[in-house]
Amino acid sequence: MTQAELPTSAEVMAIPTTPPPHHPEKWKWYDYFTFNIDHKVIGIQYLVTSFIFYLIGGLMALAMRAELATPASDFLSPDLYNAFLTNHGTIMIFLWIVPASIGGFGNFLVPLMIGARDMAFPKLNALAFWVTVPAGMLIMGSFFFGGAQSGWTSYPPLSVVTANTAQSMWILAIVLAGTSSILGSLNFIVTIWKMRVPSMAWDQMPLFCWAMMATSILALVSTPVLAAGLTLLLFDINFGTSFFDPAKGGDVVMYQHLFWFYSHPAVYLMILPIFGIMSEVIPVHSRKPIFGYKAIAYSSLAICLVGLFVWVHHMFTSGTPPWMRIFFTISTLIVAVPTGVKIFSWVATMWGGKIRYNSAMLFAVGLLAMFVFGGLSGVTLGTAAFDLHVHDTYYVVGHFHYVLFGGSVFGLYAGLYHWYPKMTGRMLNEPLGKVHFILTFIGTNLTFLPMHQLGLQGMPRRVAMYDPQFQALNQLCTFGSIVLGISLLPFLANAIWSWSRGPQAADNPWDAKTLEWTTASPPIIENWEVLPVLTEGPYAYGEEPAEASANT
Amino acid sequence: MKQIPAPLWTLTIGVAVTLLSLWYGQNHGLMPEQASEQAVLIDELFDSMVVMGTALFLVMEGAILYCMIQFRQRKGDETDGPAIEGNLPLEAFWTAIPTILVIGLGLYSFQVFQEIGGITPGHVAHDHGTMIAQADDTPLPGGLSESGKGPLIAENSVFGLGAPLENEDTAADLQVNVTGMQYAWIFTYPEGNIIDGELHVPIGADVQLNISAKDVIHSFWVPQFRLKQDAIPGKKTALRFIANKEGNYPVVCAELCGGYHGSMRTQVIVHSPEDYQAWHDKRVAQTPAVETIAKAPADLSAEEYLSPYSQEMGVNRDLIANLSLK
Ligand SMILES: [Cu+2]
Repeated sequence: MTQAELPTSAEVMAIPTTPPPHHPEKWKWYDYFTFNIDHKVIGIQYLVTSFIFYLIGGLMALAMRAELATPASDFLSPDLYNAFLTNHGTIMIFLWIVPASIGGFGNFLVPLMIGARDMAFPKLNALAFWVTVPAGMLIMGSFFFGGAQSGWTSYPPLSVVTANTAQSMWILAIVLAGTSSILGSLNFIVTIWKMRVPSMAWDQMPLFCWAMMATSILALVSTPVLAAGLTLLLFDINFGTSFFDPAKGGDVVMYQHLFWFYSHPAVYLMILPIFGIMSEVIPVHSRKPIFGYKAIAYSSLAICLVGLFVWVHHMFTSGTPPWMRIFFTISTLIVAVPTGVKIFSWVATMWGGKIRYNSAMLFAVGLLAMFVFGGLSGVTLGTAAFDLHVHDTYYVVGHFHYVLFGGSVFGLYAGLYHWYPKMTGRMLNEPLGKVHFILTFIGTNLTFLPMHQLGLQGMPRRVAMYDPQFQALNQLCTFGSIVLGISLLPFLANAIWSWSRGPQAADNPWDAKTLEWTTASPPIIENWEVLPVLTEGPYAYGEEPAEASANT
Repeated sequence: MKQIPAPLWTLTIGVAVTLLSLWYGQNHGLMPEQASEQAVLIDELFDSMVVMGTALFLVMEGAILYCMIQFRQRKGDETDGPAIEGNLPLEAFWTAIPTILVIGLGLYSFQVFQEIGGITPGHVAHDHGTMIAQADDTPLPGGLSESGKGPLIAENSVFGLGAPLENEDTAADLQVNVTGMQYAWIFTYPEGNIIDGELHVPIGADVQLNISAKDVIHSFWVPQFRLKQDAIPGKKTALRFIANKEGNYPVVCAELCGGYHGSMRTQVIVHSPEDYQAWHDKRVAQTPAVETIAKAPADLSAEEYLSPYSQEMGVNRDLIANLSLK
């Protein structure tokens, strides 16, 4: 059924030199504020919008860290604190990491990497982006009604009895974001499946596209379950149903199953595309082929598959029977294997290379260093027996910030430094990038490392007031968060200034081999005058220049 | 430098990493005091994970650092590195090693989970102090009830921790009913009709907590016991532990339960057997006053219910009034 609507690759090849007449030569600045169907415009719309939400979510985090500088609740009202912790998590997940990595990099890069002129369904693609705009407005608007206060997990009964209007707006926002995610995923699967240039075999496809394929499958399977769970919750709040009301025969634990069936895979939605970015950035700047292409490609699929069966590890202390606690301990531990394979492969890629330390590579290596730690602490959390102690403590907060900040956000930065020249046609300033990296690296470790100790020692998460014995470590975290806040300044200055004033970027400034570097920087509207033909693999570094030297 | 052969380097680094990891596993000092027998088992599991984790961390970070320094681009060198695309034996090796490690860890953590009673939660009936074994609804490992036809999650299941398998049918020495409510813990002792805002237990006794929640989900956690179990409206949950060190330890609510979640704290007091008996007798003597209020707590508002104990719990009357308005 999709085939009919799709131009096949062969047809695209047949009409290479006739650009459709309704397109201008080049997009103007105001085109970025319209319902534009160019995948590159949509990619940049996603990236810029999500970055703004990153700043908003970051300010919420700073306010929370200010509150936690002292044991008493003295800076924010307890309700506002809970609203910040709920929406900080929500924004960072649903309005920053997911849209930036999947919507932003996915849209901008996938067609360019596989030699397509656009995504399979360009209008659907634009729709998917514009659906996230009301989602963001609902989240921001919910603060006029106190903001949702029951955590990004929104467990009933708390979510049913607290701030009903704001909670309902929150649910609608997540359902919209989920809809966007489903539309986007369909689009990626069809695009990658059908629109590769004919000369590109599956095993010549850049690993970022493999990662996007795995991500999309995962999103497609899991998102509807979240939407269902949240819709039931919305009914409980507003229409007097009692799906999750134990007094009337409902089951609160059922909500947790529905929620985590999506939301654990959501962790992989946030990290698989980042793994894809890593697999592109590291070989280019190490000047070596990626080590173990197949292992990396298949481990993405393995993570996607196993990742669907680990959700109960968020519920080891909830109403879960012994067999679940045991089964999900084992399945959770198994995820460590394909993840480990990726990390080993990246280190092996660097091994023996000639590593160029530009900002993109620094962030990639920083990610590796921190992800090792976050992965190891994740394994400890996977064991039900130990999780009884640390579940819902700062140990968990520390762990997932190593994975999501040290992992995902570092990966997004690596990607931004790496593809900024392609996206804007300008180079970023390297010294400013290095300052940005150093501040971010120090800030991340200062903020999130002490949290592990706090949790082990007895500090629960999601509290505005705590036992005074934890003050010193909390102040260290707060200090780190200030460093993180400051670290954004050189990046913002760099990104904004360079967009108009930076040195012109060449088509292929890093001397990379994937197809996006064969077109202009920034790419022309239909990506190429004549579609490229694959003459070598995406990671063919270190080989004697044969017929491939005509690239630049 | 050049004279030392590579295998010798590898060996030296291996020994150093092993020793350092073993040392750190015993001396990390990250955990608070150990005050229950279950904590001993869980800490042993944690310590061994710290040993394993430290070793892997050192090896991985070492490899990353080595790469960064050894394989940096040298001045003026614009050439590529060698075109190595993989190495199957090496890849098989680094897939196999973590697989073996996580399987080993999985088995070990299963063992610990069994010993702290994770396999047979609430084997002894939950119903407010009456100790009737649930003969017809005995959960087995694997979740099937003994009849073999039962649902995976039986209707009346108790979740949490019970006794270890070898003495699964042994009744606990002491049962306490724990109720979580915004924002306090209420402990009732069915024997003697004691109600308190703090948990008192004798050292060495096998204590079973029957946990429930009045309003929203809470989570009962004693960091020094290393044990946690959610209190869930509409579900029965339980914890079973043996305190092995006298002292006062915090009881913390670990599940977000509203604005004052962070202040939902009280303490557990582990007494010597004699002190516990003295406390128990003293409280039983006060029972008449308590009984009138304790008769039908469900019919009372939280304020009325709590106020007799507010003094003792160090909670101000006005705060309770405020909280119960929410
Ligand atoms: Cu609570």
